[in-house]
Amino acid sequence: MGVEIRVEGLTKRFGSQVIWNDVSLTLPAGEISVMLGPSGTGKSVFLKTLVGLLKPDAGAIWIQDRDLTQMRERDLYEVRKLFGVLFQDGALFGSMNLYDNVAFPLREHTKKSESDIRKIVLEKMDLVGLTGAESKLPGEISGGMRKRAGLARALVLDPEILLIDEPDSGLDPVRTSYINQLFIDLNAQIDATFLIVTHDINSTRTVPDNIGLLYHRHLAMFGPREMLLSSEEPVVRQFLNAQTIGPIGMSEEKDADELASEEGQELPPLPPIPLQLSTSDGTPRRGERPAGDWCRANGITPPPGSFQSQNAGVPGVRHSEPTPTAEAPVA
Amino acid sequence: MSNPAIGALRQSGSLFALVLDVVRSLPRRPFQTKEFIQQCWFIASVTIVPTALVSIPFGAVIALQLGTLTRQLGAQSFTGAASVLAVIREASPIVTALLIAGAGGSAICADLGSRKIREEIDAMEVLGISPIQRLVVPRVLAAMVVSLLLNGLVSVVGVAGGYFFNVIIQGGTPGAYIASFTALAQLADLWTSEIKAVIFGFIAAVVASYKGLTAGGGPKGVGDAVNQSVVITFMFLFVVNFVASAVYFQVVPQKI
Repeated sequence: MGVEIRVEGLTKRFGSQVIWNDVSLTLPAGEISVMLGPSGTGKSVFLKTLVGLLKPDAGAIWIQDRDLTQMRERDLYEVRKLFGVLFQDGALFGSMNLYDNVAFPLREHTKKSESDIRKIVLEKMDLVGLTGAESKLPGEISGGMRKRAGLARALVLDPEILLIDEPDSGLDPVRTSYINQLFIDLNAQIDATFLIVTHDINSTRTVPDNIGLLYHRHLAMFGPREMLLSSEEPVVRQFLNAQTIGPIGMSEEKDADELASEEGQELPPLPPIPLQLSTSDGTPRRGERPAGDWCRANGITPPPGSFQSQNAGVPGVRHSEPTPTAEAPVA
Repeated sequence: MSNPAIGALRQSGSLFALVLDVVRSLPRRPFQTKEFIQQCWFIASVTIVPTALVSIPFGAVIALQLGTLTRQLGAQSFTGAASVLAVIREASPIVTALLIAGAGGSAICADLGSRKIREEIDAMEVLGISPIQRLVVPRVLAAMVVSLLLNGLVSVVGVAGGYFFNVIIQGGTPGAYIASFTALAQLADLWTSEIKAVIFGFIAAVVASYKGLTAGGGPKGVGDAVNQSVVITFMFLFVVNFVASAVYFQVVPQKI
């Protein structure tokens, strides 16, 4: 059914270097959330902290009324069975073929017979489109296949929480679209809580229910997708629209001079908010909300042309003027 | 972090923490029999031939040195006794340890290190499996067992090498060489030698695993980790060897 994760005041340092400070957010059960941030802001560190691979310096992570940061090692291994994690390169075991990799958690944690295991493994391999590649070794396949095999392994124990580290790095745009569609369909099927760490804006604009933005050692904003996409807050606006104008500079922050020189420049208007990706067979997800719902509830007027196409506002895609015949609700 | 003394202290602290974890995980079921056998075979296969090849000249050098020395002292009949003593007490555990650390340990470290940087170790932990129980314990046990067996091999090959050099090359008396074996050496020497070898195997495998599991910074990090693991193990081995020998002389009464 999916499990809620509540993060309170989480702080992580490496030595004297603060990675992020006082991060508080709630990943709602069964919804898809995306964690964004410029490179090097500790997105992957955040993900590893959530599964207890790294210990935070302060704060708490509540999962099923238990604080993950205070758990003993043995309990931690127990709680981790709720998680499925897809690492950046799939993190497959190099010495095993894909079949054994996917079967590994089942063999370790369940007393299922080999024929049951076979059934489950083949089903998950089919789900990620890897049927026929069972006997290949991780070294023999492409990065995209490794990622999908890693996803199959993460799914095999029916996780309540799925953490995904940069699913789109190293994938071509078509495969990225496929894997995004797969996440949406999976979420409808298994109802798990998803957290995707990425800096692909294209995916961010269409996939998640919630978006968070890590910037400058803190959580700049976390909330429903429409809230961030309609936000005028400079950092959020700059990042979600991939612009050079704004507080984020090439190396880290811009200094006062750079900001002053930008003062007079007019920001381009906010692009329209695209429609959220829906499941391929049209079944509604539990976390899905009608387009424009949040904007209406909070009295925000979305940018003109919103909720009409899934390509709206994608950087680089020229958008035609909204046609009045569009059937999508406009606030 | 910046203070090197604190850094070194922290490192040794985590190394001993790993030792504790390994000891605590030893009795934990299920025991990874398959991994253990594979590792035994692997470590044995990379160490047997170099060990044999190293121990022949090692035994020969000892025989050579002793042969000259005993002739000058007029104690040729004790050449065999001294040579056996030197080979079994010191040479064979040290040769075993150097090869276990150099060949076996570096392979363990490289293996675990490359798994670490590919995030395989993290993935394993996330799948709810302790890498210490699953990977480190079988390797440590395998290194200990192989050390024990290798030590026997080195003793035999070393003594045979010594015999060959003393009797064939230096023209010593075969009977005297063999007959004097038990003049100085005793059974306790053999036990001590084997115990030392097991301890060395343990140290080599734990240090290699520690360095492998804490490798970072990409492929270069793994290379550095392997390098450091071999150097650290060597330093440990000689210190521990000294302590073990000192304890031995206190505990076991000597023949003469």
